[in-house]
Amino acid sequence: MRVDPMEGATALPVAEPRAWGRLRDRRLPVIPLGIITMFVLVAVLAPLISPADPEEQSLRHRFRPPVWDERGSWQHPLGTDRLGRDMLSRIFYGSRVSLTAGVVTVLLASAFGAAVGLVAGYYGGRMDAVLMRLTDATMSFPVILLALILAVTVGPSFANVVVAIAVILWARYARVIRGQVLTLMELDFIAQARIAGAGAWRVISRHLLPNTLNTLVVLVTLQIGYVIIVEASLSFLGAGIPPPTPAWGSMIAEGREFVTSAWWVSFFPGLAILLVVLAFNLLGDWLRDTLDPKLRQL
Amino acid sequence: MTSPASARPPVIEVRDLRTHLVTRWGTVKAVDGVSFAVREGETLGLVGESGSGKSMTCLSIVRLTPRSVSGLLEGTVRLEGDDLLTKSEREMQRIRGRKVAMILQDPMSSLNPVFSIGMQMREPVAAYHGLRGAALRRRAAELLASVRIPSPEARLRAFPHQLSGGMRQRVVGAMAIAAPPRLLIADEPTTSLDLTIQAQYLGLLKELQERHHFAMIFVTHNLGIVAKMCERVAVMYAGRIVEMGPVREIFTSPRHPYTQALLESVPRLGAKLDRLTAIEGQPPDLARLPAGCAFAARCPRVMDRCAEAPPELAVAPGHTSRCWLQAPA
Amino acid sequence: MIRFVLSRVLQSLVALAILSVVVFVLARATGDPLHLILPMSASEEDYAYARRYLGLDRPYVEQYFSFVGKAVMGDFGTSLRARRPVSELIRERLPNSLRLALFAMCVSLSFAFPLGVLAAVKKGTWIDRTAQVIAVLGQSLPTFWVAIVLVEFVAGRLQWLPAGGIAGFASHILPGFTVGWVVLAGMMRLLRSGMLEVLDSEYVKLARVKGVVERRVVWLHALKNALIPVVTFAGIYFAILVTTAIVVETVFAWPGLGRLAYEGISSRDFPVIQAVVLTTAVIVAVVNLGVDLLYAVIDPRIRHAR
Repeated sequence: MRVDPMEGATALPVAEPRAWGRLRDRRLPVIPLGIITMFVLVAVLAPLISPADPEEQSLRHRFRPPVWDERGSWQHPLGTDRLGRDMLSRIFYGSRVSLTAGVVTVLLASAFGAAVGLVAGYYGGRMDAVLMRLTDATMSFPVILLALILAVTVGPSFANVVVAIAVILWARYARVIRGQVLTLMELDFIAQARIAGAGAWRVISRHLLPNTLNTLVVLVTLQIGYVIIVEASLSFLGAGIPPPTPAWGSMIAEGREFVTSAWWVSFFPGLAILLVVLAFNLLGDWLRDTLDPKLRQL
Repeated sequence: MTSPASARPPVIEVRDLRTHLVTRWGTVKAVDGVSFAVREGETLGLVGESGSGKSMTCLSIVRLTPRSVSGLLEGTVRLEGDDLLTKSEREMQRIRGRKVAMILQDPMSSLNPVFSIGMQMREPVAAYHGLRGAALRRRAAELLASVRIPSPEARLRAFPHQLSGGMRQRVVGAMAIAAPPRLLIADEPTTSLDLTIQAQYLGLLKELQERHHFAMIFVTHNLGIVAKMCERVAVMYAGRIVEMGPVREIFTSPRHPYTQALLESVPRLGAKLDRLTAIEGQPPDLARLPAGCAFAARCPRVMDRCAEAPPELAVAPGHTSRCWLQAPA
Repeated sequence: MIRFVLSRVLQSLVALAILSVVVFVLARATGDPLHLILPMSASEEDYAYARRYLGLDRPYVEQYFSFVGKAVMGDFGTSLRARRPVSELIRERLPNSLRLALFAMCVSLSFAFPLGVLAAVKKGTWIDRTAQVIAVLGQSLPTFWVAIVLVEFVAGRLQWLPAGGIAGFASHILPGFTVGWVVLAGMMRLLRSGMLEVLDSEYVKLARVKGVVERRVVWLHALKNALIPVVTFAGIYFAILVTTAIVVETVFAWPGLGRLAYEGISSRDFPVIQAVVLTTAVIVAVVNLGVDLLYAVIDPRIRHAR
């Protein structure tokens, strides 16, 4: 007599093939990778492919709509802004700011954070306790506030944005890596290395670090999107990249008052942000599912 | 399958149970035609290597097979005459715990860490007996006492992480006999316990069985425990029962080559051994079972006939073996 | 348990102290803080007078303690732009921000919980897919952009809801929704992954074996355990809420603390920024403390540790 086992529950511990097998099974996330590649190329080649100088103003050409509107033209495919500057070029150049900010910040934060996590996990005890207190205190501090202070005291700049974000962001890495290290420390091969006389540096760099790389890669990818959004928010508020450098966030701010009449000024930079961040997030999700599904919480 | 000395109908009668799970690596035939019966007060041992289908058989009986995969669950499972495989999920929820109880393997993870022992004890007792308030608490404490947990009232307020492994397994045992059930399925209940605690726990289970007269299915890979606890034993391999019969008979004159190999691989005190005998080869992939006898690839006495799957053949009263060697020529 | 609370309080105080030092040092390190406080047209004499008046000629340590002392009492100085005591401004704006935050939290929690749990229970169905899409979008959409778009369409063109300002319940909806969206996505994702993990556990299996009704298994036995990672991250999500709120308040002209911060940025009004940062830091610290306590309430293993 047939019964549908779809009723009833509990999971069967089905043996999963190893990660590499899985990598081959899973199709590459073509679309996210494509989008990211496209933006990277755009950022690198911006001077070559921009139809105009992003900072060139032209009061005659103010508020031109995009090319598909009847008043638009191919000279300015995505229209122009309040000062007659070409939107497409500004978006191209804006990608430089966003991508650089994202990558640099994340690299700094992850390097520092991973170091803290490795040390805390390896030494344990007092050092671990102290470092983790520090980490927790840092982690729940709103990034924007720090950036605001820096913007007002030292003045807004690219470096400020990177510093403000990195100073808070590292804590996330520290926490996660430390957790991984704690698990790794239980494993036999670490004990063996230490019995064989390996010192702290050797154990950390040769044994612990390579095993945390998976996690690091996933976390880094997922965080780039977050940093880009934060940078854009800061630029939007005026506490980020200062004008006249084109930054997507400040472009949106500039177009805010004219949303009804010249919607494209705010719309396209926002769309760009959405695409890039979405691509990084999807890529990060795919990496996580492939490399280490246990990181589901990230 | 009938024992001539007994006229009691079996508490549980499983006939041709099949649990096939469709996964992306193929259809896993976790349980492939299992049949057995257990009477009141009797203990059937279910023995086999990992992946032989012992646990899946138990889960299939209570219809708790994985729901994230599709597949089929066929056969009949009669609990006191009632076929469990025809029940709806709601009906099964009323049967689980009350008529059929189960003890899982790992006491460290069987209890919910965020609820007190008391809550986890009271929940089933309230559901089975409709008790409330002080009567409920009393009964919960009584149950704990019956599994020999000291200061049961205090224990009710404790949380799982405050108890040792042995104590937790006793609590799980107390929950299992709360109804009391007609059938108790114990899935390797002592595997995770210290050796010294194991003997105590096994003794406790026997005592509970004597008191409440339930049938018991005892899953284990330890033949020593089988000898101590079970009247009859079924040896499983690749989702099928390859040999089944009274414990004494199986131990002294095993018929199936796999059973023989299993018994041989257990080192005996006093015997001189140059090396431990292990069974050659690997257990088969349950998603790619051969058409014939599943053990043929590793069997030292394989014949041409083994390309065809052997049926269960009677060797002696109450003793069957799934092997062509037992067939009349 | 008491020790747990005390140690957490101590931790928060230390964090706040560090922050106040950072704020203090930054102001002084970037040159004469008087540049920030006095108008451009001030003369040398004005500077000298101000310096004496504000006590800036005293040693740094003394200055720091007087700064902290005053801050604790609620005296944050005077706003350069509004020429009013900053504490007054804060007292006006803070309740508005709190209201918005509360509204946003209510909205996001009331959607995140059912969605997250159901997505896990009905894994693979349309509910699950929808939840995953919402989660990814929540982390990818720049909130201020969404806010602007919403203002334009829902308030501007469709005229369904007010575009800004604070007037009655309807005006809470757009900003509250915008702020809550990010938190909703994050919480829902955490709940979903937490539930997926817990539903696989041995104790859930045993609960089912005991015959506990499935609904109770999911919403009581499983959920309480799945809450743990959610609560762990709640403090961080509150910080994100604050961040988002600052931006959203600006877009929706919501007269709250965030808007105050924005105004302070635009006019380089240092006393205001300093006060907003410190106030927010205190609020975040208090909320985190609350979350830690909640964590101890949910998970008895934390209560009995050490």
